[in-house]
Amino acid sequence: MTLFYFVAFLSIFFALMTIFTKNPVHSVLYLVITFFTFTVHYILLNAQFLAVVNFIVYMGAIMVLFLFVLMLLNLNKETEPMRSHVVKFMGAIAGMCLLITFLGAFRVLETDTGLVVADPEIGLVKNLGKVLFKDFLLPFEISSILLLTAMVGAVLLAKKETRVKQNG
Amino acid sequence: MDNIIQQIHGVPLNHYLIFCSVIFSIGVLGVLIRRNVIIIMMSIELMLNSVNLLLAAFSAHSGDPSGQVFVFFIMALAAAEVAVGLAIIIMVYRNTKSVDIETLSRLRW
Amino acid sequence: MKELIWLLPAIPLLGFLTIGLLRNFLPKSVVSLIGCGSILISFVMSCLLFKEVYDARSAGADGSFHFELFQWFSVGELRVNLSFLLDPLSAMMLLIITGVGFLIHVYSVSYMSKDPGFAKYFSYLNLFIFFMLLLVLGSNYLVMFIGWEGVGLCSYLLIGFWFRNSSYARAAKKAFVMNRIGDLGFLIAMFFIVVHFGTLEYTGVFSQALGLSSGDGVIVGITLLLFLAATGKSAQIPLFTWLPDAMAGPTPVSALIHAATMVTAGIYMIARSNILFTLAPVTMQLIAIIGVATALIAAFIALTQNDIKKVLAYSTVSQLGYMFLGLGVGAFTGAFFHVLTHAFFKALLFLGAGSVIHAMADQQDMREMGGLKKHMPITHSTMLIATIAISGIPPLAGFFSKDEILAHAFAQSPVLWILGFLGALGTAFYMFRLLYLTFYGDFRGTAAQKSQLHESPLTMTIPLMILAVLSIFGGALNIPEALSGRMWLGEFLAPVFAGTNQRIEPFHLSHQTEYLLMGLSAVGAVAMAIWAYTKYVRRGDVPKADTDNVSGGLYRLSYEKLYIDQLYDALVSKPLQAASKFFHNVVDKLGIDGVVNSIGELFYSSGKGIRLLQSGHVGFYLFMMVIGVVAFMLYGLLTL
Repeated sequence: MTLFYFVAFLSIFFALMTIFTKNPVHSVLYLVITFFTFTVHYILLNAQFLAVVNFIVYMGAIMVLFLFVLMLLNLNKETEPMRSHVVKFMGAIAGMCLLITFLGAFRVLETDTGLVVADPEIGLVKNLGKVLFKDFLLPFEISSILLLTAMVGAVLLAKKETRVKQNG
Repeated sequence: MDNIIQQIHGVPLNHYLIFCSVIFSIGVLGVLIRRNVIIIMMSIELMLNSVNLLLAAFSAHSGDPSGQVFVFFIMALAAAEVAVGLAIIIMVYRNTKSVDIETLSRLRW
Repeated sequence: MKELIWLLPAIPLLGFLTIGLLRNFLPKSVVSLIGCGSILISFVMSCLLFKEVYDARSAGADGSFHFELFQWFSVGELRVNLSFLLDPLSAMMLLIITGVGFLIHVYSVSYMSKDPGFAKYFSYLNLFIFFMLLLVLGSNYLVMFIGWEGVGLCSYLLIGFWFRNSSYARAAKKAFVMNRIGDLGFLIAMFFIVVHFGTLEYTGVFSQALGLSSGDGVIVGITLLLFLAATGKSAQIPLFTWLPDAMAGPTPVSALIHAATMVTAGIYMIARSNILFTLAPVTMQLIAIIGVATALIAAFIALTQNDIKKVLAYSTVSQLGYMFLGLGVGAFTGAFFHVLTHAFFKALLFLGAGSVIHAMADQQDMREMGGLKKHMPITHSTMLIATIAISGIPPLAGFFSKDEILAHAFAQSPVLWILGFLGALGTAFYMFRLLYLTFYGDFRGTAAQKSQLHESPLTMTIPLMILAVLSIFGGALNIPEALSGRMWLGEFLAPVFAGTNQRIEPFHLSHQTEYLLMGLSAVGAVAMAIWAYTKYVRRGDVPKADTDNVSGGLYRLSYEKLYIDQLYDALVSKPLQAASKFFHNVVDKLGIDGVVNSIGELFYSSGKGIRLLQSGHVGFYLFMMVIGVVAFMLYGLLTL
């Protein structure tokens, strides 16, 4: 129980660090740590499959992609554009408003206050795989097409223009 | 293993809700106060992850694996989104030599 | 055989589709084969169907068959089927349409052989036959209306066949608009029929109408509207001016559509609805008056026209007037008899005129003709037969049919007879004038034309000969009792007019009176023929050229067609145009355009202002988005 609150505190801390750090490379690294804490959360929920996927896909693939792009574009603290303080202040107020609204909503809606009883079975790779390939086979296949499309799109977008531009 | 499950048994669902809302709001905050397009995308990832976690929590709470399957699909979607989004950012950077979101204002009208 | 009746209109439609779609690929021989062949098949089928009806009639039945193809639509209580009615009346019409139609198709093969629009022409002709068959076969007013509109369309297409000539295109437009005025009457009449009788089927309408009293207000309204429709389609006063202009089309078209078949649709429709009309004596009187007035006026105009087709056109209008006179005085059989004989001799006259025009290298002015008799013997003799027939000289077809109408008119009122008789005299005169100017005397055309003169090929002369034979013997169908005839047609058609015959007293004239009337009209016609002979052959009179100032009030009046076109122009067209101009400039431009433009202006200017909000700053957008989400959630919370 205390483990959850500790990890939650770490998550919030590193999330805040992510958005407040000036250097974008540090930002990405903080985000990786945040995602790692999320992986811990998944393990706490006994969602083993999601924990593994989160670890590999998010921390591994997606974050490396971010880092890779940052390096490719050679961005660092000096080139980082920053907003004026007024805008930052306004943004903070707006974000807080959103949070307060959320919390108010939960209070008003009187959500289920029951405890989370993690079913030791459902999060296992074996069980989840059964569900995925029985009930969700079609969406699963379609998502593979989505990924293929995204890959083609990304390659096409990021590819350098090979034709000679007419007006420089 | 049992120890871990014991650990989690004491957490009310409401706390998950609050925790995820906080992370989500931090994501929103990041979108609002940063001008670097890449950081903004990262903030969006943060929001997505908070929702993912909440889904997993609900799934565990109600004993229904569908929620976790859904998280899996969201991850696939996020991977696609990041790939395309970063490709667009590279294109923009190539044309404007900047990742400042304000430079995109020239796209208006 | 009877079950295949749907094939009868379907085959010409198929012909139309084949020729129309493949017109750029099919050679002329195939086109003419399909075009004529489809009509020939229809004609054979019509003959077989006619025989069925005839057998049924001989066996004592009423000879009417009802075929329901499918339900077209149903709205509330109203159900409309696509269904056919085969009875003596429609069977006779089928024979006329497909028979005369086939002859004219054959004739057209050589008449149009040089025309680049050959295939288009045949596809239109087939389409026309299809619609005409639909009009005749329909067992309710709506199916008739489809045919009615369709033949109007084909008439428009064929009048404007040479649409590159803008005056021809205008003539087509005029015919179409005039027809539309009549069609509106038909449409409103159908609305009344649906409201009043709850059905459009003939059987339902007529059986209900029989229970009504004579002179019922609704019936009078319906019949007046139907009569308006008939005046449009059959070129009666006040909507007759389109028919002479319709001569812009190819001559076989004039023969088929504007003489033999389409223009008689109005008579067919009134004869079909005879019960309704019998119940409306007011309408009947109006029809008789309009009919005789049209007959007289058209005959009067025809006296001085120089264009060979114009003469025939006015003659058609005049003959149609006779048919309406017949309908108006209750001689439905007589009117239909005249439709029949008129189809023969008027088609013959037009085809003969076409043959002449063909030989004269498209010259239509009779002042440039003359002396064609020795060059075109077949055309001449057939034209002579037709002229005798139309003039009402016994024993040819026109005499019997016209005489039957005039006898009925006399029984109704001697005044109608006198007017009709005057018209008949005029008819005899102008027809013989046409004949003499064209075929007798000396040739007045150019030398080049003279060297080109030739008799038309067999495909053109054979239809002429067949029609000539029919013109001679067509009258035998309904020889009056006074001449110890059997009134075969009247017997045959009796079931169609059964309801009417119960209602109106049978016409009664002593045989002496009938002999007197017949004798008078025959002698009058012969006298007119002789007068025309002395004037145009013996004295060799030729009408003056257009440039000479034509003298004589009456002559000028007739030559200028009673100034009716100018009158319509001043009374209808000019005010309409002025009103249109007013509406265009004031109501449309200021009113409607003003509203539309100012609405556009409002959004344009407001958009111009709001556009500033779209700064293009994505951060700002995101900020607004978050504000919006918060606002929505707050709203949801507060209204919970």
